[in-house]
Amino acid sequence: MAMTMHCDIASTEARIFSGRVESLVCTGTLGDMGILPGHAPLLTALIPGPVRLVTQDGEEQIFYVSGGYVEVQPGTVNILADTAVRADDMDEVQAAQAKKDAEEVLLNKSAEFEYSRAASQLAEAAAQLRTIQQLRKKLHR
Amino acid sequence: MAVGKEIRNQISSIKNTQKITSAMEMVAASKMRKAQEAMQLGKPYAKNIRSVVSHIANANPEYTHEFMVERPAKRVGFIVVSSDRGLCGGLNINLFKAMINAMKLWHEQNVEVDICTIGAKSGAFFKSFGGNVVASVRNIGERPEVADVIGSVKVMLDSYNNGSIDRLFLVGNEFVNTMTQQPTVEQILPLPAADADELKHHWDYIYEPAPQELLDGLLTRYIESLVYQAVVENNACEQAARMIAMKSATDNAGDLIGELQLVYNKARQAAITQELSEIVGGAAAV
Repeated sequence: MAMTMHCDIASTEARIFSGRVESLVCTGTLGDMGILPGHAPLLTALIPGPVRLVTQDGEEQIFYVSGGYVEVQPGTVNILADTAVRADDMDEVQAAQAKKDAEEVLLNKSAEFEYSRAASQLAEAAAQLRTIQQLRKKLHR
Repeated sequence: MAVGKEIRNQISSIKNTQKITSAMEMVAASKMRKAQEAMQLGKPYAKNIRSVVSHIANANPEYTHEFMVERPAKRVGFIVVSSDRGLCGGLNINLFKAMINAMKLWHEQNVEVDICTIGAKSGAFFKSFGGNVVASVRNIGERPEVADVIGSVKVMLDSYNNGSIDRLFLVGNEFVNTMTQQPTVEQILPLPAADADELKHHWDYIYEPAPQELLDGLLTRYIESLVYQAVVENNACEQAARMIAMKSATDNAGDLIGELQLVYNKARQAAITQELSEIVGGAAAV
């Protein structure tokens, strides 16, 4: 049997995932990173993006996380998500719409808006789209 | 029959009040269940972030965050979490009493106190009681979100960071069970030293990016999650306290109605007896 580690994904409002996993890929501030059992202690911030993990039974699961922190100990991975929802539940149309809206706001400089907020909305929408595309690839495989 | 009209009116008005209180009791009971569920849902995150922070405290970081350094107290901050609405028994008053006691201890040491109020009741109370209220949130409602508390927490963290307060306390109700809510005063800054029973050897995390900004963000999240958890817990406390208060109000109204009914029946019987004796007396006189 493959080596596994314990993984917890929780947001302030709910527990998203808890169980043993073989591997995990998440989006850190410095890029995507894969974590396998026995990883050195690591603490890093997450940016909006998918968290892909392979559970003990070899099943792949994808979650969307809009930022947060991840703590890695040799035997455990602890993801403290700002907002994490099941990727399956996410509405691609909505994400695309949010992205379009954010882009429109970015283009429309005359409108009264906060640039940084719009930019972060855009980043989030793009990350949500990326999650859905990964999910779709998995389903079609 | 004109007898006891006032009593009848009083009985019917108490009956109306009783209907309201018993409805409020039932509403509070169902809201309490939801609030308790919300409290449970938030627990994993609170537990996980607490363990991460205690790991950090146990690690040997190359960089020590300001939140972990103890400074002599010249001014302290209190975040008080109360309900938005009344009619929940002594819940808020007990909380304020606990807080005033804690404030008194600091006043005796000539330490000033800044207050951040969450919930309309604490805002109104400290406005009339006096106290330096620096931030305030109200009308959070029954489904609190983290976003609701971020602003006020930031005010307190900023004043901690720029040195205008040296301690930060969180005052809130602890949900022991439906009948009991315990007011608590907990120090959240500087972070109380963790009991280091595990992972005692020398080690440190790999930080990505630099530890400073990472810990900044993480510890801010930690404080926010503590405050959010207090808000959620207080919500459950509020509903439980309201349920109990309304239950006893309904019972009291029932007692009152019983007593008044007795008085009314006696008065009516006395009137009937009097009329009868008048008729009998009149007939005998003829």
